[in-house]
Order: sequence, then structure tokens, then C-alpha cells
Amino acid sequence: MTPGTWLALLVALVLAREAVRLLRQRALKQERWRRFFRHRTTSWGLGILAFLVIIAIAAPLIAPFDPSAQPDIIHLKNRPPSWTFILGTDVFSRDVWSRVVYGARVSLGIGALGALVAVSLGTLIGAVAGYYRRWVDAVLMRGVDVGLALPRIFILLMAVALWDGLPFWILVLVIGLTSWFGTSRLVRAEVLSLRERDFVVAARALGADTPRVIFRHILPNAAAPIIVSAALGVGNVLLLEASLSFLGIGVAPPRPTWGNMIADGASSLYNAPWSTLFPGLAISLVVMSLNAVADGLRDALDPREEAA
Amino acid sequence: MTGGGAAWLVRRLIASVAIIFAVVTFVFILIHLAPGEPCTGQAGEPADPVVCHQLKEQFGLGESLPTQYWRYLVALAHGNLGYSFSHHRPVRDDLAETIPFTLQLAGAALLLDFLLGLGLGIYQSVRVNRLPDVVLGNVTLFIYSLPTFWLALLLLLVFGEKLGLFPVGGPNDPIFCPVVDSFYCVTDRLWHLILPAATLGLVGAAGTARFQRAAMLEVASQDYMRTARAKGVPERHVVLRHQLRNALLSFITRFGLALPFLLTGAVLIETIFAWPGMGRLAVDAIFARDYPVVTATALIASTVVVTGNLLADILLGIADPRLRVRASADVDAVSA
Repeated sequence: MTPGTWLALLVALVLAREAVRLLRQRALKQERWRRFFRHRTTSWGLGILAFLVIIAIAAPLIAPFDPSAQPDIIHLKNRPPSWTFILGTDVFSRDVWSRVVYGARVSLGIGALGALVAVSLGTLIGAVAGYYRRWVDAVLMRGVDVGLALPRIFILLMAVALWDGLPFWILVLVIGLTSWFGTSRLVRAEVLSLRERDFVVAARALGADTPRVIFRHILPNAAAPIIVSAALGVGNVLLLEASLSFLGIGVAPPRPTWGNMIADGASSLYNAPWSTLFPGLAISLVVMSLNAVADGLRDALDPREEAA
Repeated sequence: MTGGGAAWLVRRLIASVAIIFAVVTFVFILIHLAPGEPCTGQAGEPADPVVCHQLKEQFGLGESLPTQYWRYLVALAHGNLGYSFSHHRPVRDDLAETIPFTLQLAGAALLLDFLLGLGLGIYQSVRVNRLPDVVLGNVTLFIYSLPTFWLALLLLLVFGEKLGLFPVGGPNDPIFCPVVDSFYCVTDRLWHLILPAATLGLVGAAGTARFQRAAMLEVASQDYMRTARAKGVPERHVVLRHQLRNALLSFITRFGLALPFLLTGAVLIETIFAWPGMGRLAVDAIFARDYPVVTATALIASTVVVTGNLLADILLGIADPRLRVRASADVDAVSA
């Protein structure tokens, strides 16, 4: 670690803290968002997420070493944390901290993109099923039943293990394509009740076409479950990618992700626990923060709390 | 159950079989469309072309996909799951050998999950927003967020290697207990079970605790709770008879959903702890392109998911008289 990287790290920390503070300040003006910040864990979660996103974006400034550089594979392998290598080095003498920082890019990126695919698809299909009902609903929901009964990790394993060397974006797409079933059920239930409401009937009577009714009138009112499942989805996708990478078939090795770092570290678990410990801690922190934020969102967007 | 209930059950059973059938078909198509052949082997090393050809002949892999699919279905209807390419024996034998291990692991994990999770959740809801609840709330949030395979490695490192308290892998002592045939060997099996079961059980328990706390608080705001208190029912009875009994209804749904989680979660745990269960069998089979084993494990896994849901719905119907009235109505409303 050089003074420059320490400084960058400090700036990232301050930025994350300030971002949360600003958000909180603005939120306190509204009852609904006051509920969001009711638990301290929500602020912490937001702060951790902000920090990791900043780190991922500014990775070259914050990582002191090239994440795939192997400076001295004989003398510098499995070194414990020190001032030069703050989180130690792994079995190939690579700096664990730099890899965690660059891994944030890939892992968070996969999480966000995969969840985006899953939630968009789930929302679309849930909305269509709930709006059209009858046979459209029946067909789509029976498909969802099958999707929920598919052993997802098997399907992903098959897709990734059998088609060797899948490009990165296809992996994200496949994870997204196998993760939308739950969301679509939630959205469908919401749309089913919303479509009979007066404002929807009014919109239709005014001559709005179906896409407009669905996207402008119904879905904005079904935002709560969609947003919550998006927050949880990011964590789920991230965990899935980590599991696949841990089995050695996720993202290909030179590119660091938190999952394949754990896989690399597991072989020298006893000699160099830090190379397994820290990437896993990063995953846990992200998933925990997302769960905390989702809890807060649930409180904030719960219509029953509105009345109280 | 009434006549409507019986009709509902029959419809659900047919739907369940249809779902399992669809899953098997999907997996069958997916694995046969994938590039590579069973004789390609693990790392794609060139296999002996003669052996390869024999294998194809023997299992009819050269034929068209619909023909193979039809033959598979006919065999399945006769209760024949096929023949494992990589283990050179009927798939049934593979399953018979591995399923008991997975059941033991899942059973132990489930026990820990529910006992600990329910206990914590109920305790938290009684002490809601006070110190124990806040502390436990943060602890369960953290544990719930841990990647199971990472927690497995940590427990392995601390309790297996550093402290040497528990064995680091395998289902039993390979020297004294290659088979479980004595009391010592039963305790030995339990001893080996502790770490993997604790990994799965702890993460599950954290989820159950969060779930149960929310369910208890949901019930706490109901009118009948206020009525009970107003009538002068002792607080103990209010919590145990009114709150808990109603909160346990939603726990039944959770139970149905927990079954498949233990099975899929076990895939990685079994790999890490060298536990010779079905999850590991499935992973090995996928890498070895052992089609019959893969489809058979997918069949079992989807059956567990569907059975879990069905069981939860039936139990809910028995436990909650309100549902019996609208038993024939939309079932999704129950599971959603």
C-alpha cells in the first residue's frame, strides 16, 4: 500500500459516509422514508454498498497492485497481512486486497446485471399474466411452476459445465434467466388486484392502450414488491455466481471474482486462511447490506404502515 | 377433508406429476443438446474411439433425440432409471447408495434449523425492539447472508483443523467404521455429521428465525390478540395459544420451502465435506456427462420441491379451518 492508495481509500470511505448522510437528511423530511431509516442497519447497509460501489469504480486508484500480477511466486506466496499487502497474498503471490477490489467490479457487476435481467423478465411476465388472465395467465403460471421446481443450481451447472468456456455475459444472462420465477408470481398477484381498481378502469375508459395501462398505471403502483425483490435479487445472483465460481466453472480464473478467489484460497485454507476469509467476508457484507436495505424498503413501502 | 378437498387434492396431484414430467423433459433436452459426449470425459481428453463407439451403440446415443426420449420415458414408466455410464451400474444403485447420506445430512440440518430458528424467532418477538431482539436481529441477519460454502470452509478451518474437534470430511472413520455396524460407528457417523449439518442448519436457522419473528409480529397486530388480552386471558396463554398457534400456520409454508433449499444447498456442502450424498453425485455426473444420473437426480430434486409445496398446502388445509372453506379456490393465494 502506498500513501496514494491509503488516501484514495480514505476518500472512498468519506464519500460513502457523506452519501448516506445526505440521503438520510433528505429522507427524514418524508414519513415514508423516515421509516426506511428507522433501523440503524439500513444506514450501515447503504454505507457499505456505497463504499463497495465506489471502490469498484475507482479500482485502479485503490488497488496498490495489478490483481493478476504474481510478483514472486516463491517468496511472496501465502504471506500474512502486512503493511505492503494489507490482506496478505494468495498461493500465487497475488495481493488479496487488490483482488478483492477488482473482484468487486466483476461480482457486483454480475449481481446487478443478473438481477436486472431477472427482475425485468419477472415483472414483464407477471404483469402480462396478471393483466390478461385466462389462458395467458394459466400458461405462463404453469411455466413458472415448472421453473420453481427446477433445481436451479443443477441447471446452471449443466449450462456452464457442458458448454465449456461460456463468455462472461452469457453466464450473467443464464443466471438472470433462471432467477425470475419468484418475482413474476409476486408481480402477478399485485397486478391481479390492481387491474380492477378505479384508476385503471378510468385509464382504460380514457382510451389508453394496453402497454400504457400496464406500464404507466399499474406497474408504478406495484413498485414495492418489485424494488424489494430487485434488492434481494442482486444478493442471490451474487451468491449463485460465487457458488459456480467456487466449483471452478463460473468466471474464468485470471479475472478475479470473490467466488473464484475463495476457490483459489480453499486449497491453502490452513496455511493462508486470509485468501479465503476476505473475499467471503466481502460477499457476506454485500448480501447482508442488501438484505438490510430490503428490510428497510419493505418497512418504507408497506401500505399497511401508511395507515398506522 | 370434504368432497371439494378431495377433488382439489386430485387436481394438485395431477399438476404435480405434470410439473415433474416437464422438469425431466427440460433437463433431458438440455443435457442432450449440450456439446460433448459421455466418452469425452472430464477435461475433454480424447477417448479411445473404439470404446466411444461401443458406448454409443450400447446406449443408443447415436439415435435421434425423440427416439431416445421416447425410450427413456418407456423405461421410466417401468420404474427403470437407466444405467450410469461412469459408475457402470444401474442408476438405481447409485441413488440407493447416496440418498441415505443426503437424508441424514438434511434431516440433521432441518432439525437444527427448525428448533433453533423457531426458538430464536419466538424469543425475539416476545422481546421485540428490546436489546436481545436487536442483538439477535443483527446476528441472524449476518448469518442469513453468509455464503454456505464459505461458512463451511470457516467451520472446517476453526473446528476441524485448528482445534481438531471434529473430523474434516467424509461420512465415517475409514479404518474402524467403513460400514455402520455397531454403536461406536453410529456415534462416529453423528460425529462426522456435526460440521456439515451445522453449516446448513445455522444458515437455515437464521432465515427461520427472521421469518418466524415477522410471522409472530404480524399476528400480534391482529384484533383477536387485543380481544384476548381485553378478556383478561393471561399473557402466557395469549402468546402460546393465540399468537404462536396462528404464527405457526405460516411456518408450515416455510417448511415446504425449506426442503428443496437443503437439497440444493447440500450440493456445495457435500462437495466440501466429502459427504457421499446425492448432491455430489449430481455434480460429478454433470462433469462426467453421465446423462441418466443427471436426469435421475433432477427428477428427485424436482419431486422434493413439488412434494414440499404439496405437503405444505395439505398441512395448511388441515391446520387452518378457514382455508378448508375455500379449498377449491385459487391455491396460489396460499403459497404466495
